[in-house]
Formats: sequence, structure tokens, C-alpha cells
Amino acid sequence: MAADGAPTRLAQGTRTKGGIGESTLRPDGTLKVTGEFAYASDMWHEDMLWGQILRSTVAHAEIVSIDTSEALAQAGVYAVMTYDDLPTDVRHGLEIQDTPVLAHGRVRHHGEPVAVVAADHPETARRAAAKIKVEYRELPVVTDEASATAPDAIVVHENRTDHHAAHVPHPNIVHRQPIVRGDADGAARRADVLVTGDYFFGMQDQAFLGPESGLAVPAEDGGVDLYIATQWLHADLRQIAPVLGLPEEKVRMTLSGVGGAFGGREDLSMQIHACLLALRTGKPVKIVYNRFESFFGHVHRHPARLHYEHGATRDGKLTHMKCRIVLDGGAYASSSPAVVGNAASLSAGPYVIDDVDIEALALYSNNPPCGAMRGFGAVQACFAYEAQMDKLAKELGMDPVEFRGINAMEQGTIMPTGQPVDSQAPVAELLRRVKARPMPPERQWESSEGTDVRQLPGGLSNTTHGEGVVRGVGYAVGIKNVGFSEGFDDYSTAKVRVEVVGGEPVATVHTAMAEVGQGGVTVHAQIVRTELGVGQVTIQPADTRVGSAGSTSASRQTYVTGGAVKNACELVREKILDLGRRRFGTHHPAWATAELLLEGGKVVTDGGEVLADLADVLGDEAIEVEEEWRHRPTEPFDRRTGQGNGHVQYSFAAHRAVVEVDTELGLVKVVELACAQDVGKALNPLSVLGQIQGGTVQGLGIAVMEEIVVDPETAKVKNPSFTDYLLPTILDTPTIPVDVLELADDHAPYGLRGVGEAPTLSSTPAVLAAIRDATGLALDRTPVRPEHLTGTA
Amino acid sequence: MRVNFTVNGRPQEADDVWEGESLLYVLRERLGLPGSKNACEQGECGSCTVRLDGVPVCACLVAAGQVQGREVVTVEGLADFARERAEGRATGARETGGGGTPLDRAGRWQATGHDSQAGEGTGLSPVQQAFIEAGAVQCGFCTPGLLVAADEMLERAPNPSDADIREALSGNLCRCTGYEKILDAVRLAAARRSEGV
Repeated sequence: MAADGAPTRLAQGTRTKGGIGESTLRPDGTLKVTGEFAYASDMWHEDMLWGQILRSTVAHAEIVSIDTSEALAQAGVYAVMTYDDLPTDVRHGLEIQDTPVLAHGRVRHHGEPVAVVAADHPETARRAAAKIKVEYRELPVVTDEASATAPDAIVVHENRTDHHAAHVPHPNIVHRQPIVRGDADGAARRADVLVTGDYFFGMQDQAFLGPESGLAVPAEDGGVDLYIATQWLHADLRQIAPVLGLPEEKVRMTLSGVGGAFGGREDLSMQIHACLLALRTGKPVKIVYNRFESFFGHVHRHPARLHYEHGATRDGKLTHMKCRIVLDGGAYASSSPAVVGNAASLSAGPYVIDDVDIEALALYSNNPPCGAMRGFGAVQACFAYEAQMDKLAKELGMDPVEFRGINAMEQGTIMPTGQPVDSQAPVAELLRRVKARPMPPERQWESSEGTDVRQLPGGLSNTTHGEGVVRGVGYAVGIKNVGFSEGFDDYSTAKVRVEVVGGEPVATVHTAMAEVGQGGVTVHAQIVRTELGVGQVTIQPADTRVGSAGSTSASRQTYVTGGAVKNACELVREKILDLGRRRFGTHHPAWATAELLLEGGKVVTDGGEVLADLADVLGDEAIEVEEEWRHRPTEPFDRRTGQGNGHVQYSFAAHRAVVEVDTELGLVKVVELACAQDVGKALNPLSVLGQIQGGTVQGLGIAVMEEIVVDPETAKVKNPSFTDYLLPTILDTPTIPVDVLELADDHAPYGLRGVGEAPTLSSTPAVLAAIRDATGLALDRTPVRPEHLTGTA
Repeated sequence: MRVNFTVNGRPQEADDVWEGESLLYVLRERLGLPGSKNACEQGECGSCTVRLDGVPVCACLVAAGQVQGREVVTVEGLADFARERAEGRATGARETGGGGTPLDRAGRWQATGHDSQAGEGTGLSPVQQAFIEAGAVQCGFCTPGLLVAADEMLERAPNPSDADIREALSGNLCRCTGYEKILDAVRLAAARRSEGV
């Protein structure tokens, strides 16, 4: 404001930098590149003990006896706890509370926690755990649908009382969701071609690099302070406190640095074990899994068997689809019911199909528990329906992209659930874009200097110089829901404060959002800069002193907690403007008449006139708002017909994969994996690319490498290590060109569309399609290993 | 046992070290240097990569006793190490005919935003700065190991081709980024260095 109170104009370029739409850099970047960022496994406390969990060595057994005496006698050991030492017999679980914190008389999967030890050195704790003698009486194992639903099948969870129990055909089925719309049998009679397929999708591990870790510190009030890497602080709290027998206010949780998540931190891991040991010993207890234990310490992506039937007319129109998707949920429910809902409701893919007959279900078995992983039920279905699309196109003699384009959904299409798609759905356009890209050059391993074997299948193993190498190209597109569905109250909470510090306005954002690497903290600061025109934004550590932010999953945090931050900013802005009107309203009529904004640390009119400095308006006052925010509500799916407006928003991505296959050795080199995705609005373009490329490579992993192998006889995990569970390295990963569309969704904050998961869907089937194109093989399972390509499986 | 060695140029003494402890454990739990990460503790992921007498190693596979009298550089000391190298105190770089990426192309994705906490003026090494700017850091758990490995590669091969970069970093797993931004970052660091920016 000029000295005489007369308005000036906001000079050009004085808008607050670092707002939405810019590739603002991560606020935690410097800490992360200097090694100073404190991850959960880095925490240290004076007088701290180390916790170790003893896990079952068999998949299914009665526990006859547990002898802890030798472990307790070991020097350096402070506590050994079994089920008998628990303060309550409360179980935990995300949706169904079926999971004991320590096994009670029976173990249901390989690696189930049986006892915990606290000692003064991690190796002492490990050795003491090994001295606990557990006598098991082994039981037959339930490993698949046949053994789960056989007349004499052992029931994995007896006397179920959960809300799905009364609606399932067998107690070893966690949840079953049919979706029936139109008349699939009738429509099948119109089909000129009919294509069926049976597909298998392997068990994938999230393989976040930061192991499950946390530090529990006992407090004087009998409670506990827990520093933890998780995806949802408040969901943890809701489960932890009852097991400990404590009121929620006595369990205070703070997010520590999270080394990736991808769904694997939605369920509890070591949280309660650390708290139990801390409360028992009166000392801080840290637990850090090693990689071996991590493979047992979190749920995995559901393996699935999928049967599909599609029909189409000669001119390429889909007539109908029938499918049956059987997901293996393993020994505990985790998020299986919601995964079933997703698999069923998204099983038709991004296509117009009026007549469908769908069934999806999840089993209880003695295999490792499965739950959330990026893509959440939509991934398995996409792998199968995209294989079907290629089969149909081939049957019809059509180009696979053209065939998909004929059937691609668009705004207004009705989903199998009866829900209309009420925002942009550029399915055909995404495919068109990846197809229009120039192809990577043929024989890209050849240069003037000769053959670079690093560019060939087999790489530095030097297994070919191009002999037997065949190129293939494949396409796929997918549909993923954004946010929690089926009537879930999917809200978030944000607290935003603005005050003057050292003469400058500064903003503080406090949420309980778990920053797991996705960059939510970057985006929150950008939103504040855009909404409040304050350049200096501090992000408070996430903890349970503020209301729930919901989960960092389902591609939802930018939408929902971003939405909550935006909403809180708008409420703060109103309060600031009210304050301004009271203090300065008489100085200029625009205070009463104009649309007012906060920009560049000033109150300005929408015409750009500066009315006041924000610092002058605020003076000594701090404006603070904490408020919950919700997206539009959803409905449950009807249990019988699957009808219902179950989803908040859809997200679409398409891929084109170019692969080269050494057909003699069965080795695959993915040469390029191009992606096009609609993100509505890229709040931070650099982060959006990171999400798309990262999601794409997780899809590549399940296409050609990643699978947790479970012995079908014993239900034991055979490859719990990074030596035997193969993850894509930088050598396995191709160039990933990305085409980002920004077609606003009018229902969402800034028009944004959740980004994180969609690229994980279509990546896998695109790679599979390319390998089929190169080899001519049917390939009905993923991952594809060399033996599947050489006929030696 | 007692182990004496040099970490990031400073003499260090670790007491009561159990014979089975790794260099990684001693760094993280005894010397207060948790920057080297513990993602697999079986030599597969590279997140604990440090320099041992100049050679990149997985600290989880080095027994603590093996480092007696030797020199270790961790991510915490990378900026100082790079500065000293640039000042000529440590060289050994050689040109390779790799055909690297020119700066204008390496920077084509350049971030336009700014953030006071994102590394400006904090004395980072070129490769650290490039990782932040290129978006090569998400969860960041692989970052320390990748930085040490990338810095060592650029010391040996200042003008690497993409295939060179992939080969050099193939022992470092990253689960978040899909590696594209890591390639961007290394290209950027190399291009800035070769063009003297």
C-alpha cells in the first residue's frame, strides 16, 4: 500500500512463485541427498532396546507349546512376550478384525508372529528369538479355491461374525461381489466372434526399500509415543490402542521418514509389537525388519485366477463380457473386501459393454496374507481384459488399437455398476497418442563401434549379438478408481495457519498425511502459495495431534488432503479478508465491492489493485483453521447386482511397449515403454512424471520378473529375498516417454485426477502383448519367465 | 573389539564392536551416521553403498573389522569429498568415448519452481544438486547409495553414455522413480561438469 493509502497496481511478476502447476522442488530434497533425512529405521533413543519378532516356520498348525525360558535367560534380554502376556485379546485388521497380534493357539500362514523379544543389541534379540521353542502340530493347508471350498475343507477362520460372513457361499470366502447388468447370455447370441481365456496373475511384493521400522517410547502417563513409517496414522491408531488396552489419546503417533509404501504399509506390521515391549520393559524399543522378514511382515498383491469371455460383432463392437475373478487373500482379510469390489467393478475395463455378468471373490487360505498394492484389484483385471482385447482384435483381423478405439468408453458411458462416467475419459485419445509416437530404431544395439550387448536381451551376459532376437509391439489401456469407494467416508483434515514472523507473512500446514515419497508435502506448500499468496510455507510433521488425513493410497492424497488444504486456505483467506475489511475497509471502496485475492503477500482486487500488505492486515494476529474436507459421497454396491455409484473418480493411462525377445533363451529386453495419461491438472509436473514412470516400472516388474513363489504343498514362501525375488534394475528398465494430458475434472480440486496407480495397470499387459507379438505365444500368466518362452516350463 | 578407521576425512574409533557387525551397522548405530541405508542387508540393493579406499562397496557386506585403518566416504561426506576433488586434491578421472548428453538436452525437463529448502546455497555436490533438481528423489531411501555410486562413476567416466550410466548404477535398486529421473540427474551432473557450469 502506498503511504497515502491510495491503491497501487500489483507489478507484473509479483505473483507468488512456487504455486500449483510449477515443478517446485521437494522441501525434503536436501535432507534426502545429504543422508540427514530421518527414516523410521534411523531413529535412536538413549537406553533404547531392540525388538525382534519370532515368526512361524510352518503355514498352518496348532501351537502345542511355547517355551521361552532359554530366551529369557540369555544375557541382554529384557523381555519375551507371547499371546499369554498380552494386555487384551483384541485382534486388529483394516476392515475385519481377524488378525491376532501374536498367534493364539494356531498359526495360519508362514511367517505369522508368535513371540516378541526385547534385548540390548539386535543380534542378541535375534539369537534369543531363535532359542524360543515352539512345538507345532501341523494342519492341512488351504492353498487355492479347490482346497478352500472342498466339502471337507478346513475353515481358516471359524465362527466369523464380520459383515460379509452372512453373504458368502463358504466361510473360506472373505467377500464375493457379483455385478449383473443387461443380459449377457442374450447379447452373446449377437456375437460373431467369441473369445475366452483363463489367466493367472502372480503374487507381487511392494518391495519398498525402507524396511518396516519404528520406535516406541513409553510415557509417564502409562501411554506410549510411537514414531513410525506408515500410510495412515489414524487407521493405525484405531487398531493399536484397543489391542494395548489404552484409550487413543494415550497412543501418540508421529510419522517418521517413510522409505516407500505402495500399499504395503496400509496394514500394521511392527507397531503393536514395539509398543507392547516398550510398555513391558519401560524402555524405548526400536524394531527394524531385515529384508527377509519384510517379505513376511506385510501383505502382498493378491495373486488371481481370472476367467473371461467376450463377444464382438464382425464390425468390432463388443457384445458382452462374462468374467470370474478369484483372488487369493491369504490367511487374514486385510483389505481383501475392497480389492474384490475394485476387481469386480473395474473388470470390464475402459470399454463400453452394456451386457455383463461378473463375479469376483477373495479366498481365505494359508498362503501369505494379501491386501493393498498400487492398482488394488484393478491391476489383475486389466492384465486379463487387455489380453482378451488383443485376442478379439486378432480374431476379427483388426488392428488392436483400432479395435479398442471402437469400444473405448468416453464421458457418459455407463459402468457395469450402472454408474455414469461423469467427467472426461479420453481412452481412445491416450491410445492414439502412444501409437503415434515414433518407434525406437531397429537393431538399436548396433552402432559404429559395433555391438553393445548391454542393449540386447541378456545384456552383459553376452548371450546374443542379435541372433534369434525378435521385436514385438503391444498396447494396453486401463481404468482405475481414485479415492476410497463403496460409501466409505473418505475425508481428510488440514490445519492451516498464517501469521507474521519477522515482518513477513508465513504459513504453516499441519496434516496427518503420510508422505511416503509421492511429494504430497511439495504440493501442500504449492496450494498454500496459490491460495494465500504466501511464499514462505512450513509443513509440520504429520502426527495424530491433527485430524485424520486418510490413507496415502488409492491415488487419493493430492485430491483429498490436497482438497482439505485448499479448503482450509479458503477459510483462512475469508478470515484474513474479514480482518482486512475491519481494519482497512474505510480506506478503499474495493474492500466492500471487489472480488479480493491474496497474491504476492498482498490483498489485491481481481483487477490487480493492491489494497494492503498481508502483514499489515494480520498485524499480531494469527489466523488458523482446522477443517475436515470430503469429496462427493459414494454408495455401496448392491450385494446381488453390484449396482451403485461406488466410485468417486476414474483415472486412465495407456502404454505402448516395444520389446526384443531372444527366442532361443527366452530372455526379454523391454526397449521402450511409452505412456500417455490424463491427470486432469498436473499440480507438480515433475512429480507427476515421477509417479507415471515409477508406476510403469512396477508394472514392468510383474510382467517379466517379480513373483513371490509359494510352495503349493506347504504354503511356504520360497523366495523371501532380493536375491530370489527379482526387481527391475536400471538395466532392466527402458526409456519411458510420457505424454501428460490435462483434461479437468470439474468435480475435483483444480480439476486434478489421481495419478499414482493408473500407470501400473496398463504397463503389464502392454509388455505381455509385445512379447506375444514377438513370439506368437499365448502367454496367459504373468510374470513371464524364460521357461514360458522356450517351452521348458 | 575396537575398530579405528577414517570416515569422511575424520578419524573414528568404535568400541565394543561385535565381530559379526557390518560396517553398515557401525556407521549407523555406533557412529551416528545413518545416511547409508539398510534396505536389504544382503548386498542386492546398493542403498548402503560407500567408498572404501575409493572403491564403492555395499557396507552391509563389509565386516566392521575389515575397515581397520582404512578410509570410508559416506553420503554424509560426499559434498566435502566432491569439493576436495574439484580443488584437485583427488583426481583419477579419465575421459571415455561414451558420448554423453549435452547440457541443453540434459536440462530439457528443468524444473522451473523454486523452494528455499531445496538445496540452494547449501554446498551440495553437483550430483546431489542434480538429483534434487531432476526429480530423482522420491522416498529417497535409495538416494544415498545411488549418489555415492553415481559420483564415483562420474569420477571415472565424466562423459558417460546412457548405457554407461545404466551399467554403473545397475547395483542400486530404486522402487519409486522408474530410474528415468535418475538418468536425467546423472546426465545433468555430467553435462554441467563437462561444460564447466
